[in-house]
Order: sequence, then structure tokens, then C-alpha cells
Amino acid sequence: MGDTHVPTREDDAPITTSKRDDGTADASAYLVEDKGDALVGKTVTINRPRQELYAYWRDVSNLPTFMENVVSVEPIDERRSRWVVKAPAGRTVEWISAITEDVPGEVIAWASEEGADVPNSGRIDFRDAPGGRGTWVTATILYDPPGGAVGKLIAKMFQREPAIQARRELRRFKQLMETGEIATAARTRRELEEEQG
Amino acid sequence: MRALTWHGKHDVRVETVDDPEIVNPRDAIIRITSTAICGSDLHLYDGYIPTMKAGDILGHEFMGEVVETGPKSTLQKGQRVVVPFTISCGSCFHCSKHQYSACDNGLPADNQDIAQTAYGHPMAGLFGYSHMTGGYAGGQAEYVRVPFSDVGPIVIPDGMEDDKVLFLSDILPTGWMAAENADIEPGDTVAVWGCGPVGLFAVQSAFLMGAERVIAIDHFPRRLELAKRFGAETINFEETKTYEALLEMTGGIGPDACIDSVGLEAHGLFADNVWDQIKVSTFTGTDRTHSIRQAILACRKGGRVSMPAVYGGFVDKFPLGAFMEKGLTLKTGQTHVQHYMPGLLNAIMEEKIDTTFLISHRLPLEQAAEGYRMFHDEQNEVTKIVLKPGMDLAQAA
Repeated sequence: MGDTHVPTREDDAPITTSKRDDGTADASAYLVEDKGDALVGKTVTINRPRQELYAYWRDVSNLPTFMENVVSVEPIDERRSRWVVKAPAGRTVEWISAITEDVPGEVIAWASEEGADVPNSGRIDFRDAPGGRGTWVTATILYDPPGGAVGKLIAKMFQREPAIQARRELRRFKQLMETGEIATAARTRRELEEEQG
Repeated sequence: MRALTWHGKHDVRVETVDDPEIVNPRDAIIRITSTAICGSDLHLYDGYIPTMKAGDILGHEFMGEVVETGPKSTLQKGQRVVVPFTISCGSCFHCSKHQYSACDNGLPADNQDIAQTAYGHPMAGLFGYSHMTGGYAGGQAEYVRVPFSDVGPIVIPDGMEDDKVLFLSDILPTGWMAAENADIEPGDTVAVWGCGPVGLFAVQSAFLMGAERVIAIDHFPRRLELAKRFGAETINFEETKTYEALLEMTGGIGPDACIDSVGLEAHGLFADNVWDQIKVSTFTGTDRTHSIRQAILACRKGGRVSMPAVYGGFVDKFPLGAFMEKGLTLKTGQTHVQHYMPGLLNAIMEEKIDTTFLISHRLPLEQAAEGYRMFHDEQNEVTKIVLKPGMDLAQAA
């Protein structure tokens, strides 16, 4: 439960660190629904209990506080929510996301529904960090980059690339949970608003 | 407000900029009363540090009065505080171990990428020092926004003058941690490369920690004179072969502990082209960046090497063989300022450590650009410049 390792592999490293190109297949076989062929994975240690972290994440309306590119997440019912997300060149993309697995304090998994602008699926695992260091939060995300490889490259140029975003969003989540705020060098409230764009 | 801003190589200006505001709940706004120019500011001035932007406000050694507090700040208006140069959250794993300069959360999330690429991990944020270290506005200004004000700033008792406590912000704890990292034992001989502010504080700290002898190495006569004042023996490396002298002065044993406080004196990453200029052989003793190699070669077998000096990138001709064969220990790191401040404030109050000797010039903030030029051009005479916002030109000394 909550383990991102895949039993068939030859070592204990997470599939997202594999040099082989079959990581995506393993991810969709064992971890998340198959909603794309680009795989993103990242783990961060957060010096807070996992129940607290899970609870904050499970209330999806909280997510835009640390997900800079997410304009809004509007709950539709207990399981489904409507996402509006910034895309390169001032555009936005939308989808409806449904929770596919939900174990309090351990895992939240989701998949986008048919018709999503950017099909995606993933899971957030919450595990006790060894040595009483809090919680390991692991994000494993599969997505279908808009416009394929070229779209991915363009997105990267605009820093809206999901791998970069996932890394930064996990850092912001950690900052918010550990310190109660998100670090910024803004000197004035106007600068902060410009930064958050 | 008025602030010293960076515009390019040898181009800093005092300009009018927007006043800082409370942005996050743990912030405080400080009205600056004293702010020093650091040796590492000169590397910004010389244009060596990448990721600077025109208009950046410099300064990471400062203190002042609390004028505004966010809802989660523990400071109170009117308190006088010294602010550490490192921006650390106080809540992450590293802060809980008092490894404040390794704080996970001091840097904005987006700024962490470049440090992670360069060093493998992002480090704490720094005031007034490039965008790789967070892009935080510095304290060579009338006011500054201080994040995590419940963790960093130390409150100064009434009656303690600024000049006595200002250096708690950086160079005093840095010199102290350098000596602590040398694991000094009673009877030790400690060699200190570089008698800038950090080296001179390391000399004082080493004696307080029980060193029997301290040998200070530099080439500026004025700095060697200051080291001598604190009881150090001196080597002027322009006149003396340093390695040979150290061995002769220790009966062939070598110093028990070696402190390299020369380095590049910078608080950030250096452009790789700087390293390309450093292509001279070991033992010449004339290039200051050789200090770490010389320290390793001179250090006694089984001795300790402490490196407070900042190295930002890669170094070649590192004597790894000597380091291994002699079984040396190397300790280093950016200073965990918050950890050392309370103890060092006590040491100052008990007059165990002299801090004011260092200040050679006091100038109004309006003359900050001139201060940079002086500090850059006249390193023998100018040991430390303290800028005082609001000071009359007539008071300048």
C-alpha cells in the first residue's frame, strides 16, 4: 500500500528514475490509469504527519494555493472536480478529474475523464519517513502532452512543463505545510501579485 | 526609500525605490540603522556573480529597528534587532538540527532549480545576493523586508551600540564557526589563511577555544598588524615561503588545524570562467586561491582543515592524495548564523570578543557607491565600511 516500487524490476529504485524507457508502461500497469505517455515522478520529505498532509491535499479546493498554474479546482461531487489550468501563451486548459483511489492518510489517485484538454492520471502517496522525519510525499503523474513532443518542448520553454511544475508545486506544498507560508522574494504586495500572475 | 542598487560591473547607485511591505505572515519590516559592505559584495561589484538583475538591492550585514510586523512575527515594534544573512524557515529538518544555512524552505520554489542543478540540493536564501540565492532585496537601504522574522533576527538589549553587535549578522559567526570546525584542542597550533574580517574573528575565536598559538597568513601589513594585536604570530606570504615557514615554526610537525578564510570570499556561485583563470601550480603561494591546497599540504598528519571561505564551483589540482594519505578531516559550510547568534551576543556583552576594531570607515547611506569604490581600491586601509542611513555627511569618519 502506498508503495511506488514495482515488483518486476531488478532493483528497489522508483520507476521514475529508470534509465529504461518502459517506465511509463510499468507505471500504468501497476500504479495509475493509463492516460498518457509522459511520466513524472518526485518525492519530497515534509516534516509534518501524513494525516495532516493528506487532509490538506484531499480538499481539492486547497490545491491552487500552492499549484501556481492551477487557476481553479471546483468540486463537482465527492469524487469529481473541474480543473482550469494555465497553458503556454496565455491560454488555459480544462478537464474533469475523478478520484480513482482514496485511502485516508495514504494515497489519493485520480484520472481525467473523457474529453480532457490534457489527459492525465496520477497518484499522491503519503508514507511515514524513516527516522521520524515526517512524511514522504510522492507524486507519480502520467499525462498526454498537448501537441506531443513539440508541444512538450514549447511548454518547457514557457516553464509550464509538468515535470518542472510538479517539482515546484511539491516544494511549495512543503513550504506551506512546514512554515505556514510560501517563500517569496517579493518586496511589495504588488510585486507578489505580479509574480503569481 | 533610498537604497543601494546594482546595475552592472562597478556600477552601483543610491536610488529611490518603493518601500518594502509585509508580504507573508511571518515577515517584519526593519528600519536600518547600520549596514556593512562585505568582502563578498565586492564580487557582485566586480560583476563575477551570475543571476544578478539591474536594480537589485545589495547588502546582507545589517541591523535596525522593527517598524512593522506580520501576524505571525514574534517581534515587536521598536525592538532593535540584528538580522542573519541567511534566510531560514526554522521548521524544516535541517533547521531543527540547527543546520540553518541548509534550510529547505528559505529559497522561493522557482529559484531552487538552479542551486539544485549546481550543488545537488537547494540551500537557504540569502539577502542581497543574486537570484540564485533567492533574489531577496538586501539591507543597504533605509528599510528591508525580513522573512521568517520569528526565527532569524536577534533582539539586542538597550544600551548596546550598533557597532558592537552588527557583525553578528555574518562575519563574527562565520569566523567562530570556522574555529569550531577546526575542532581545536588545548595546546594546538592553528594556522589561519587570510586576515580579512572572517580570518580575524577566527583568530580571536581560536584562542577562546584553547589554541596555544595562532599563526596568521596574509599580505596586507595592516591586516597582519590587527592579527598580531589579538596575539597571533604572522606570515606575510609575499615575503615568506608559507609552507616552509609553517613547518619551521611548528618544529616540522605542521599546524594541528588549518583555517582557510581566503577562498573567493563570495556567498554564491562563480561563473566557470573565473576558474579558468586559476591555472597556476601548487606551492607558489602568491595566488590567494591556493590557500586551501596549501592548508592541506601544511597541515599536520591527522590534522583538521576548516574552510569557511566560499568556493562556488569546481576546483582543479585539489591535493586529494595528500588529504587521504595524511588522514585529514575537512569541515566547511555556509554559516549557521542563527545557531551562533545568542552565544556570541553574550560573548560580546562579556567583552570576550572585540568587534569594533574592524570598522575603519563610517559613511552615510547616500555615499554607499563611494564606499564600494574605496573598499575595492584600498584594501589595506579600508578594513570595514559601515553605512548609516540618516547619518549627516558632517558626522562621517
